[in-house]
Amino acid sequence: MRAPLSWLRDYAPLAAPISRLAQILSELGLVVEGIEEVGAGLSDVVVARVLDIRPHPQADRIRLVDVDPGDGGPLQIVCGAWNFSVGDMVPLAPVGAVLPGEFKISLRKMRGEVSNGMLCSARELDLPEDPSAADGLMILPGDVAPPGTPLAEALDIEPDVVFDLDVSPNRPDALCMAGIARDVAAVLGEAWAVPAWPPPVAVDPSLPAASVKVEAGDLCPRFTGTILEGVPRGSSPAWLARRLTLAGMRPISAVVDVSNYVMLDVGQPNHAYDLGGLGGGGILVRRARPGEQLETLDGALRSLRPDDCLICASDDTAVGLAGIMGGSRAEIGSSTDRVLLEAAWFSPPAIARTGIRLGLHSEARVRFERGVDPAVADLAVDRFAALLGATTDGLRRGPTTDVRDPSLPAPPSIQLRTVRVNAILGTSLVDDDLAHLLEPIGFAVRPDGPGRFSVDVPTWRLEVAREIDLIEEVARMWGYQRIERTVPAGARQRTGGLDRRQRERRLVRSVLTGAGFDEAWTTTFLAPDDLGRAGLDPPAVEVENPLDRSESVLRSSLLPGLLKALKFNLDRQLDDLAYFELGRVFALPVGGPELPRETVLPRETERLGVVVLPSGEGRQAAAASVVRAWVWLRDRLRLEGASMVAAAGPGLHAGRSARLLAGGLELGYVGEVDPDVATAHGLSGRVGYLDLSLDAVLEAPRQPRLARDVSRYPASDMDLAFVTPDPVSAQDLAAALRRAGGELLEELELFDVYRGDTIGEGRRSLAFRARFRAGDRTLGEQELTALRQELIAAASGLGGTLRT
Amino acid sequence: MTTPPNPDLEYITAAAAAALDEGRRRLDSATTAAQFSEAERDVLGKRSALATLNTLLGRAPQADRKAAGAAIHAALVALREFAAELSGDWEARRREERISAERLDLTEYSAGPALPPLPGTRRGIGHLHLVTQTRDELEDTFVAMGFTVAEGPEAETDWYNFEALNMPPAHPARGMWDTLYLRLGPPESVLLRTHTSPVQIRLMESGQLPIYSVMPGRCYRRDTPDARHLPVFHQIEGLVVDEGITFGDMAGVIESFTTAFFGPDIHSRLRPSYFPFTEPSAEFEVTCPICSGSGCRTCSGSGWIELGGCGMVDPNVFAAVHVDSEKYSGFAFGFGIDRLAQVRAELSDMRHLLDNDVRFLTQF
Repeated sequence: MRAPLSWLRDYAPLAAPISRLAQILSELGLVVEGIEEVGAGLSDVVVARVLDIRPHPQADRIRLVDVDPGDGGPLQIVCGAWNFSVGDMVPLAPVGAVLPGEFKISLRKMRGEVSNGMLCSARELDLPEDPSAADGLMILPGDVAPPGTPLAEALDIEPDVVFDLDVSPNRPDALCMAGIARDVAAVLGEAWAVPAWPPPVAVDPSLPAASVKVEAGDLCPRFTGTILEGVPRGSSPAWLARRLTLAGMRPISAVVDVSNYVMLDVGQPNHAYDLGGLGGGGILVRRARPGEQLETLDGALRSLRPDDCLICASDDTAVGLAGIMGGSRAEIGSSTDRVLLEAAWFSPPAIARTGIRLGLHSEARVRFERGVDPAVADLAVDRFAALLGATTDGLRRGPTTDVRDPSLPAPPSIQLRTVRVNAILGTSLVDDDLAHLLEPIGFAVRPDGPGRFSVDVPTWRLEVAREIDLIEEVARMWGYQRIERTVPAGARQRTGGLDRRQRERRLVRSVLTGAGFDEAWTTTFLAPDDLGRAGLDPPAVEVENPLDRSESVLRSSLLPGLLKALKFNLDRQLDDLAYFELGRVFALPVGGPELPRETVLPRETERLGVVVLPSGEGRQAAAASVVRAWVWLRDRLRLEGASMVAAAGPGLHAGRSARLLAGGLELGYVGEVDPDVATAHGLSGRVGYLDLSLDAVLEAPRQPRLARDVSRYPASDMDLAFVTPDPVSAQDLAAALRRAGGELLEELELFDVYRGDTIGEGRRSLAFRARFRAGDRTLGEQELTALRQELIAAASGLGGTLRT
Repeated sequence: MTTPPNPDLEYITAAAAAALDEGRRRLDSATTAAQFSEAERDVLGKRSALATLNTLLGRAPQADRKAAGAAIHAALVALREFAAELSGDWEARRREERISAERLDLTEYSAGPALPPLPGTRRGIGHLHLVTQTRDELEDTFVAMGFTVAEGPEAETDWYNFEALNMPPAHPARGMWDTLYLRLGPPESVLLRTHTSPVQIRLMESGQLPIYSVMPGRCYRRDTPDARHLPVFHQIEGLVVDEGITFGDMAGVIESFTTAFFGPDIHSRLRPSYFPFTEPSAEFEVTCPICSGSGCRTCSGSGWIELGGCGMVDPNVFAAVHVDSEKYSGFAFGFGIDRLAQVRAELSDMRHLLDNDVRFLTQF
């Protein structure tokens, strides 16, 4: 909402500096998003007449111009514009003038010729631009004023300030100058009054009253119609056109401009119909009929429904979509002499419904939808007649026909308790304070007894319906900044903290960043074919109204997003990548999408995805890297009995992936991305991937957090290599060795794997380093030999033979 | 069959038929994908029997050439079709063979806690995402102020996202959020939460009062991404519900948070605003952390940055979750984590947060 200060001052003096006014507006909740100073910097500019135009002897694109600046001239100016000729009246900024933007005009020499100032374009003067004169000088009307007249005087331009306000949806009263001024005046302690100028136009009883028939009283609880005769046909006076322009609306013609002016002035959207186009001179308000269509002023043909409210001529043809937009019939034209002025009140939900369905936006809709003052129509008609009457002689105003339905809302009376105000705000206001705060903005505060009031809400604040809404008004007028800041009494006894999931999430992140993985954040949305491309099952939760088809399903896995992130980097010559992401994934509800409301939410789980794309010679290490990430997580999370079981994981290489289990739970899977999947994502190398369900991890059994004493005796290491058949996994062999080594086996490390002809196909050699140590003694030769035999026997139990 | 010097139509026809039979037999008898590829090359390639036969055409009697050529071509087409039929199966077999040949025992990498360094990786320490770092800091600040951290689903019902928050169907304030709906249940009944506020409802519904919690999480809006907005973003929201909670408490908690999080020179201020779920409502601004209030590009010279919204929990919201609003009162506040991260890091374009460019991620 753009509010010119001069306009606001029609209602109250608002005697305060601009910066203070801006602060007051913001603190009232009418947040100032911008302050525009207009017409400043025009004081030095004068009207000048072009006397002569000559070529510049040294330049082609600039010319020498002689002007009469008021003293007869000639005054030589060097000018680069070409859109004017001898005799034209143009704005001149003489030497010493300061233009908007602190642009100071000085005496200049251009290619050897003196320029005694500058001829100006509209843009340079911050004035509305005539499109035909773009890139050229502002050409003034020939009779504008004699040369030498200050431009501001010639154009009747007063310097002004425009506040650009962000008005929240609960403040429809502040969508007009009267309402904004009322709030500010209340803070300043000033009186607020409807301007006395222009003088009112008296009702001429000899004119006919408008004929108004309302069939849809629920959609249109109030309709006033007034006939005006002798309306002006030309354009608006300059001051009115300028105010509209400053408020962001385009001047069109006197009647249309006054209609818009009244809406911005007092907040009543209104419409003037050409009485000649109303076929009989009356109005019928009714529901649309099924299949009925209307061409609105924007030229579009709209299909209507019975819950749309139509304004019709008395012959039943539609002339407007109530409260949203007029129709092309009965539109004001150049020959319009008599109009029927509508100032009505429409049901906000009905306006919203129709507006949303038709996607039609208008200034009228915004106001009706949020709630116009149901009583302001009378003032609006008065102002309309007065403003129009000021621009023409002989305007005649007929009596107003006012049709009301019982559903027209009446302002409520609300109980207000001082103790409740203080309990909610934390203030210590007394009874008198409440009246002093609320009455200047129109609330009538009637005491019902000590600490109790009945408050009558003004017609323009109908959204104030409850005690809590009044308390907000009290807080607003008292000033949010004046409310003392306290700490909740209960907070001092509270212990904050993270829950287990939140702590473990952080642990996972610290393990992975410690291991060199960077955290990524990929979008939740995928394209429908992304899942198939990543080797995943397609059924996914679909978005009903995606912004783009490439974002039309919810991810059921982190894999596709992470693969895309790898590709994004590869395309920028960045490789050796190791990423992880913790995020939610979505699956269809159990039993599909057709279950009752309660169970219809997608199954949403939190997962960890870890992806590795090593560079060059390290490519074979892709799977190893993610297996290690798993081992480190397993150890730091103290997962009890965790194991890997070779199995094809979704999207993974069937021969190089494994399920991760613990305590009978499936925690996730790990391995190398299926080479076809990698290729489909434009990734040529080997890609490692680990996927864990955080939910399952949280449920998995944990090793107790108990200390084990460390021994101070020397250790004995022994290296043993076993040739084992391939079906025996390294994990199984290691587990068997650990069991055999018992408590004395401090550490067991697989340090070499060998395959080759000397061993034979389907077998490999797994070389372990076992470190033995006792807590209470140095182990002797005999003991170690026995332990060695135990390990060999354990391996042989799995078909392994000692490699010698 | 030895090749005659001038092969006639009869000879060529018979030879083509024989080559076709032999070709089929070869293709059919392959037992591995490799053998099949080899057979394909042998019977359809440049040195195949049919290709050789083609070179003999020039020596055939002029009258026979056209028919003989046609016979060779027919055999070639038949053999190609036969190979194509088989090759689909072999493609799958070839894939299986490759997968099988590449079989690895991944437990080799996990046997034992001491793991040797991997070749070809040159990684240093990893980096948490800027948004995570910001979120963790926010959580820690509030935890130190006595708050717990609560979470809820990202896919929500209309009830939790709108209706319980004092926005019945067709409420005009719903237009404040462009909502993404999911194709589940009745139309527009399931959506991606547009704010973290549904978690408030879930917390209050649980009936465990008092509440001193913050609720961080991912939210969604149907917004075209630009330098300052992403359709997928993160919010943190706070909720306090207890006996005797006041607007002054809200202003005090926001001020304590502001100085604890940004530093002692950064303060907060509240201005009236509107949200359907709070009354009175406010937006809160903090001293611009970039210029400490002296005015800069980030704060458009005002010295203040708009951070988020807050307000006293609306009695209608309490009614929806069956909390007695005469006994309990409370306040809520919320703001964007990504936006905060953007301001503090002076990040020119929010979209960088989602690119996952390693050069970006490793800056933080």
